[in-house]
Amino acid sequence: MSHPTMKEVLFNPVFANNPIALQILGICSALAVTSNLNTALVMSIALTLVTAFSNLFISMIRLHIPSSIRMIVQMVIIASLVILVDQVLRAYAFNIAKQLSVFVGLIITNCIVMGRAEGFAMQNPPLLSFLDGIGNGLGYSAMLLLLGVIRELFGAGKLFGIDIIPLTKDGGWYEPNGLLLLPPSAFFLIGLIIWALRQWRRNQMEPAVFTLAPQVSDKEGI
Amino acid sequence: MSTKHESTTRTLLVALVVSLVSSVFVAGSAVVLKPIQLENRLIDKQRNILTIAGIGKPDLSSKEVKDLFASSIKARVVDLQTGEYTDAFDPLTFDPLKASKDPKLSAALPLAQDIALIKRRERYATVYMVEHDGKLDSLVLPVRGYGLWSTLFGFMAVKSDLKTVIGFGFYQHAETPGLGGEVDNPKWKSLWPGKVLFDASGKPAIRIVKGNVDPSNPNAAYQVDALAGATLTSNGVDRLLQFWLGEQGFGPYLAKLRAQGA
Repeated sequence: MSHPTMKEVLFNPVFANNPIALQILGICSALAVTSNLNTALVMSIALTLVTAFSNLFISMIRLHIPSSIRMIVQMVIIASLVILVDQVLRAYAFNIAKQLSVFVGLIITNCIVMGRAEGFAMQNPPLLSFLDGIGNGLGYSAMLLLLGVIRELFGAGKLFGIDIIPLTKDGGWYEPNGLLLLPPSAFFLIGLIIWALRQWRRNQMEPAVFTLAPQVSDKEGI
Repeated sequence: MSTKHESTTRTLLVALVVSLVSSVFVAGSAVVLKPIQLENRLIDKQRNILTIAGIGKPDLSSKEVKDLFASSIKARVVDLQTGEYTDAFDPLTFDPLKASKDPKLSAALPLAQDIALIKRRERYATVYMVEHDGKLDSLVLPVRGYGLWSTLFGFMAVKSDLKTVIGFGFYQHAETPGLGGEVDNPKWKSLWPGKVLFDASGKPAIRIVKGNVDPSNPNAAYQVDALAGATLTSNGVDRLLQFWLGEQGFGPYLAKLRAQGA
């Protein structure tokens, strides 16, 4: 396998190989933390840092990791980084840490981090792995921020907690869509974004895994 | 990968070194950042007291919270058994939760009395007072009790008549978000101000009831609508109020205050 270039690993995951839209990883936290832009931004930064540094450290010791315990070693490194991030958030961004609650801890189980460690950092040199982590973090962040903007703007008429659209309850003209503040709305939005992305970049469309067998009789269900 | 990486000694060694290095980082960060985290928690608690007592807005900065708290709130430690104030502890540093685990400062509750499911009750509790011209304006009492998944920690603020609610809310809990977690919902919290905690004979009368409270009901002032879809959390909140307002909680203290005509 030829080494990918730095530019590739850094920017491919944003549109061409987006972890959420194409690899369909990390959906859970994308639903949970995007109801406002503040938490989405902090979560994005946290995940980007964890992915980048876990990739870096794992890649640095990749030649010494016995393959029988490699996943456990990866988990130990990822978990330590996540605890570090959690502690720092609790110390310096207490309110946001309170809002993110379990989701910071759940970065440990975020498939993106583990996926990049196992799928990229184990085979590539440290610097490239570090950039790959940043790149995938950026892909995740792009998606989270997009969701955060749509959900907070149309769900609460705000961005970063600052009023943008005047709401009817404050005498303005906009009646906010409360559904957008609930997690399922992110599910619909992610679906729409995936659809739009695949219309734009046709090569991301997946061939159908199976075709439906034709109906042979009108009594099949009996 | 070559076979020398796969030997048992090698595997153990790698596992050991990775764990050691990681644990140093984790432990180090926890120790270094602890003072700042404790400070944050204290400010969060003070912010909640101020908000629930109705004298501070939730979006004050940390420094504003500290200043406002220092200038407007007087903390006293109360002996729950006698209902008297005590100066044996500094109210700013006394930690009732720590005391509830200390056998010298607390006692296990018999099952029949432990309606809030807190297992042990400390003998001393910190109460917070807002005074105006030397007279009690409002009183903030700490309450806690078990909901569905977690212990809920909160404050109840009452007017100087010692029974009309100014505000009620929790600052720490881990109930299901969207169901029991709705104890934090401003809409639900807005049902509380104006409710009356005690009946004419001084017994705790506040109840959480299912369904909307009918304002024409003579007991409407003692009733609050339960949280939809969170029966167990609502029951927990109901019981923790019965407990802390009752004889095992602040009952004796409130009775003393009433007798003094505060």
